[in-house]
Amino acid sequence: MKHLKEFKQAVNSPLEYARQLKKDSSKKVVGYVCSYTPEEIILAAGAHPVRLFGTKENIGLADSHLQSYCCSIVRGILEEGLSGKTDTLDGMVFPHTCDSIQRLSDIWRMNIGFGFHLDVILPVKLDTDSARDYMADVLTKFRKDIGGALKADVTDANLIKAITIMNVIRQSIRSIYEMRSLNPRLMSGEDLYTLVRASMIMDRERVAELLLETIAELQAKADKVKQGKPLKRLVLAGGICNHPGIYPTIEEGVGAVVWDDFCTGARYFSEIINDGADPLSRIAGRLIHRVVCPAKHIDLDGRARHLIRLVQEQNAQGVIFLLLKFCDPHAFDYPYIKQSLDEAGIPVMLMEINDPISSGGQMKTRVEAFLEML
Amino acid sequence: MSDANLETNANKVKSEKKMRDIMTAYYIDAKTARQNNRKVAWITSGGPVEPLIAMDIIPVYPENHGAMIGASKMGIDLCEKAETMGYSNDLCSYARADISCATVNGGPIGGLPAPDMLVCCNNICGTVMKWYEVQARYFKVPLFIYDTPFLHTEYSAEIKRYAQRQMEEYISFLEGVMGKKMDRDRMMEVGRISYEGSQLWQEVLDTAVSKPSPMTAFDAFFHLALIVTLRGTQQSVDYYKGLRDEMQKRARAGIGAIPNEKYRLLWDNLPIWYRMKWLSDKFASHDACLVADTYTSAWCGSMEYINVNDFIGSSAEAYTRSYLNLGVDKMAGIVLSMIDKYDIDGIVMHSNRSCKPYSFGQYDIQKIVERERGIPSLLLEADMVDERSFSESQVETRIDAFIEMIRGKKNKPR
Repeated sequence: MKHLKEFKQAVNSPLEYARQLKKDSSKKVVGYVCSYTPEEIILAAGAHPVRLFGTKENIGLADSHLQSYCCSIVRGILEEGLSGKTDTLDGMVFPHTCDSIQRLSDIWRMNIGFGFHLDVILPVKLDTDSARDYMADVLTKFRKDIGGALKADVTDANLIKAITIMNVIRQSIRSIYEMRSLNPRLMSGEDLYTLVRASMIMDRERVAELLLETIAELQAKADKVKQGKPLKRLVLAGGICNHPGIYPTIEEGVGAVVWDDFCTGARYFSEIINDGADPLSRIAGRLIHRVVCPAKHIDLDGRARHLIRLVQEQNAQGVIFLLLKFCDPHAFDYPYIKQSLDEAGIPVMLMEINDPISSGGQMKTRVEAFLEML
Repeated sequence: MSDANLETNANKVKSEKKMRDIMTAYYIDAKTARQNNRKVAWITSGGPVEPLIAMDIIPVYPENHGAMIGASKMGIDLCEKAETMGYSNDLCSYARADISCATVNGGPIGGLPAPDMLVCCNNICGTVMKWYEVQARYFKVPLFIYDTPFLHTEYSAEIKRYAQRQMEEYISFLEGVMGKKMDRDRMMEVGRISYEGSQLWQEVLDTAVSKPSPMTAFDAFFHLALIVTLRGTQQSVDYYKGLRDEMQKRARAGIGAIPNEKYRLLWDNLPIWYRMKWLSDKFASHDACLVADTYTSAWCGSMEYINVNDFIGSSAEAYTRSYLNLGVDKMAGIVLSMIDKYDIDGIVMHSNRSCKPYSFGQYDIQKIVERERGIPSLLLEADMVDERSFSESQVETRIDAFIEMIRGKKNKPR
């Protein structure tokens, strides 16, 4: 893949990338922590949104603010903030999702003194008229707040432009997922992971351009890639995937990851923004209708139905559920999702992720055993 | 729920027996609801219960049940059962115990009566929503989620609109389930009684400003049950009137909850239900009285936002402003004001594995308290129901060292 190196560079040091981008473009850079962040509004304010995933290295400072039973993502993000690595950012945006991110926002606001701090207190339930109206109100407030913080006029025209860019990005990633699902040997799961993650870090116009070129490249390559022996097709599910190592573990053997249900994966591009008159309502519409995070409520069994549908659509044979230790919303959903998959005759394996992953070897053995069983 | 230090105390609180009788009658009522053609709603501890009372629905509190499970030391067994059902042992132990209990009708009262509806208010955590989703799937009954946006820094106009609209949606939900309209006059009356109950509860807690304090936080944990489960009933008002009078009388007579009160402490977070007596004895043996806590005061903490003439409209704000729905700095501010009010010498913080929104931020509150008031604090790692997270020897050593530190500080000439 021609642009892999550029994607990789951004993924390997996102804050360094942001620092450079800021220098080169004089754009303001805004950090955010969750896929419910309305990136379009940040873009329309003329700023560059960069998603933080947290560091896994040398956690020390965060330990004096968070107990041992906090997930590694929240801990890692706080560590980056406290250690000054994020001081290139002009501000931070915390959308309301889980209890841990909620407290992360407080602790960040009280301890890390740079730039502006905006909470986007989205509704938790998404299935009523009042929640939908509230969602619209929250976005209107965010538009005003970020405009104020960045001294920018967030115009409708800029919002529409941002929506278009984000739609191109989401649609492109979907196309690449689809091409790869048809022919998993087209590119490795790890490379796809890199590409999606880079899309949340890099300049969005640049990303849109690179993705379109990548699609063309993959299309040209598609006919030349040998189909080979049939692979065992898997869907990965869970919250954030911060573990690119899982892909080679699966794909070194007879497995192929053909789709996922991660907020750092398919949930990020699952819904494009529909046409409509008012750009803010269109953005709100996507946040309401996108595949839901378990910290939000839209119904009682939608997540299981979605996962089963994915498995069927992608003709997958099994699901590996990556459960990040201390991620309560996902841990509450896992038993019913497993039961639903069982009833649908879809094999599922639970893999609890506790950073730092203690034994790669154990992961490999379990994946191999699961693949063999399929 | 607990026998706390009351059993060992010569000055036993007289209201205690009355409380046990009321709670027993309440659970019998709830468990025989079906025979009596009454409906049962399960509701979260911070949820708006008044509309249920006004519609003659029996409210049942899985969290109160969780506390009973913990206090009767049945937590490990039920938590383990939930783990075999696939629930991670890192999840809230109230939720784990309740989820497994529902399937086996176990626990100290043979399980809760099955709900006809579920009412979940997320002003205490996001966990309750996931927990109630599990129960809605299991019992196949309607679920109403009262979504109170988190107040990091402000109660904005948007939040106010959303919170108020949901109060009306909530009433419509109940009217739908019950197949009848709510009597708004009755609602007004229940609102008034609820407000009075909360006021009385505050007055009970206020008696702890006396030196010595006539009650401890362990007493408060015990007497809390009614303001949680029977808020909005005349019964709770009558009960708390009696309790307040008793406590005020003790305060006037200089009767302390512990024999020789030297140190006054503040408790933070939920109780450690299965070690109440042990902890109570432990602190008493050091002449330390836990005079107040951030937990039980949550049921009267946002009373000032209630307007009894518009209970429905104003309670939306009061419920949204609950203690656990506030930013950590706001919580620290409340802790500081409690330190001043109760003349506190030290803070005991239960770092509760089960409760992330209550526990994350405790380290920061510790630092603020140390900086602003020069008061030491002790952080105890434990869990409210799951005893496997409690190490008695470690906790004991830490309490001893903590009291030693307070003693040193108090005796230092100023």
